[in-house]
Amino acid sequence: MRILEAIFLVFINPLFYKITLTAATPLIFASLGGVYSEITGVVNIALEGIMLLGAFTSVLFTWLTGNVWIGVFMAVISGLALAWLHAWGSIKWAGNQVVLGTALILIAQGVTGFLMEPIFGKPGQTDFVGKVEELRIPGLADIPFIGKVFGELSPFVYMAFAAVAFSWWLIYKTRLGLRMRSVGENPEAADTLGINVYGIRYFGVLMSGVWAGLAGAYLSVGEVGHFRELMSGGRGFIALAAMILGNYNPVGAMLASLLFGASSAFANQMQSSSLIHVSATVKPLFDMIPFVLTIIVVAGFVGKSHVPKADGVPYEKEA
Amino acid sequence: MNKKFMAILVPVVSVLIALAISTIIIILIGKNPIDAYGALIKGSFGSKQAIADTVIKTTPLILTGLAVGFGFRAGVFNIGAEGQMVMGALIAATFASNFGFLPPLIAIPLTILIAMSVGAGYAAIAGFLKAKTGAHEVVTTIMLNWIATYFASYMVTGPLKVGSGTPKSPEIADSAQLPILMKVGAIEMSAGIIIAIIAAIFMYILLNKTTTGYEIKAVGFNPYAAEYGGISVSKNIVLAMAISGALAGLAGATELMGVHHRFLGELSGGKGFDGISIALIGQNNPIGIIFAAFLIGALRTGSNEMQFIGVPKHMVMIIQGIVIFLVAADRIVRTIMIRKRVEK
Repeated sequence: MRILEAIFLVFINPLFYKITLTAATPLIFASLGGVYSEITGVVNIALEGIMLLGAFTSVLFTWLTGNVWIGVFMAVISGLALAWLHAWGSIKWAGNQVVLGTALILIAQGVTGFLMEPIFGKPGQTDFVGKVEELRIPGLADIPFIGKVFGELSPFVYMAFAAVAFSWWLIYKTRLGLRMRSVGENPEAADTLGINVYGIRYFGVLMSGVWAGLAGAYLSVGEVGHFRELMSGGRGFIALAAMILGNYNPVGAMLASLLFGASSAFANQMQSSSLIHVSATVKPLFDMIPFVLTIIVVAGFVGKSHVPKADGVPYEKEA
Repeated sequence: MNKKFMAILVPVVSVLIALAISTIIIILIGKNPIDAYGALIKGSFGSKQAIADTVIKTTPLILTGLAVGFGFRAGVFNIGAEGQMVMGALIAATFASNFGFLPPLIAIPLTILIAMSVGAGYAAIAGFLKAKTGAHEVVTTIMLNWIATYFASYMVTGPLKVGSGTPKSPEIADSAQLPILMKVGAIEMSAGIIIAIIAAIFMYILLNKTTTGYEIKAVGFNPYAAEYGGISVSKNIVLAMAISGALAGLAGATELMGVHHRFLGELSGGKGFDGISIALIGQNNPIGIIFAAFLIGALRTGSNEMQFIGVPKHMVMIIQGIVIFLVAADRIVRTIMIRKRVEK
């Protein structure tokens, strides 16, 4: 029964909830990116690569300028650049969106790995370059339990929730949002009504670059303050799963991201539990938990979510 | 323009464009591209040893290329060759270290069979989930890759661990190791390359001369029409993933039995992902895949030499990424070619 006791102790520990929030933050940003792109009808598996490039760019510019926020801004720019390539290949040239996404992931992995030595002088990992300070909210931090969870968090966490609220409003309450959804459902009809299908799709894909770029900036300068090769570690794909589980809705994607965040927080806390002595050998098995959960979730919910009808189908005007 | 000619021209032009872009990148980091490519060619073909090394590197790439290419023909994108290769090699290594009592004639086919079955079974999970629930195989196979990586790291730091230093499994029995074809200095070239070429011939026959192949291609080409024509789509998706996974498992087997003789963490080293570019450059054609694998194998081998003169070997990944991009959006290349013709 020690194991049940250990599980119980994890759930009453405020640290578990704090790690859930911090682990969910990059997933929230990246899954929002997925939502923007896919509701307009463009599958974007390049999120993984955009995150990685964003993580690298923010470290690079933080190191060059000494200002983390310039780093974060440049991560967004780099995200836009990679997303533009995806939009260009899949909208203008009607390429296979999944394969294009794979190509961009490889390019991001190649470019970031390639530049490590010429710029930072060593492969693998950069030195600490500085990170975004955690935000301490004076009154809140003193409340027991809640203060330990919410009292001192990275501003990225709050930005992520603000981004979800903004995106929900944009997608469901504005004319632009309606157009985005109509282009993803039925581009022919939207085109007939005078909506610029290509323009809206470009907007959706470029916005996914903005959000996934921020997700990447959080991984490096938001959380650890350095860049490590391949540090996105599959989270772009977990974000895609969160988007599917969240039914292509910003709020749903956020809730799903929190679930995945909780699963990593759980794995993390169980590993360091003093009740059950987890040897270093068994740790990789705990690291598998979020990935196993993702498969179960994708398999269990994909049939039940409403996939945009034209998702993944290039639109071509009839001549 | 002739369709077959275009099928060869698009990947060739894509590779040339990618090399042109990487030349610019090499100049930008202040290195001489002629030196860099010189080192690349010297590293891959400059000596007998270099050539043998290129052939050894090409062997698993032919197999992962066939795995991904076979998937594409069946309409599934198997991005999980990496994980299938790892699982196949890992489980085969576990068994084959105890095969000392068996003669090679039994131990070798048995080890290969284990690796292929494990690869097939692991890939079939994604095929089954796609057929039953519609879960996209790209997401599920990527997750299975991570699970395989963590599982393998658990096995070689835990139950299978031998010695100290790099986590590794015990050596497989001598009788389960592939015979050596040629010995060049310290480099031993195993019979793996023959297995890879046989697999390519097998894929060609399966796809072009059998009913199973016809059904798999029909499902890949148009699942609705296939279903209407009485072909079971679900069955063929699972089967296609399983065959694709078996080929990836075989890649794990040749690495295990012909190169490392034990399971190591770096056994797969991105070869499953290389399979994607190889399948696309080879246009999913078994013969094209052999040539494409040879190209990527040469780039991988030569890039180590390039690294010595200060050009990071990640260059090869960038080249592959650009090639995949251009082949996926092949109209870019087609448009360039047509414009050139019009100008003439």
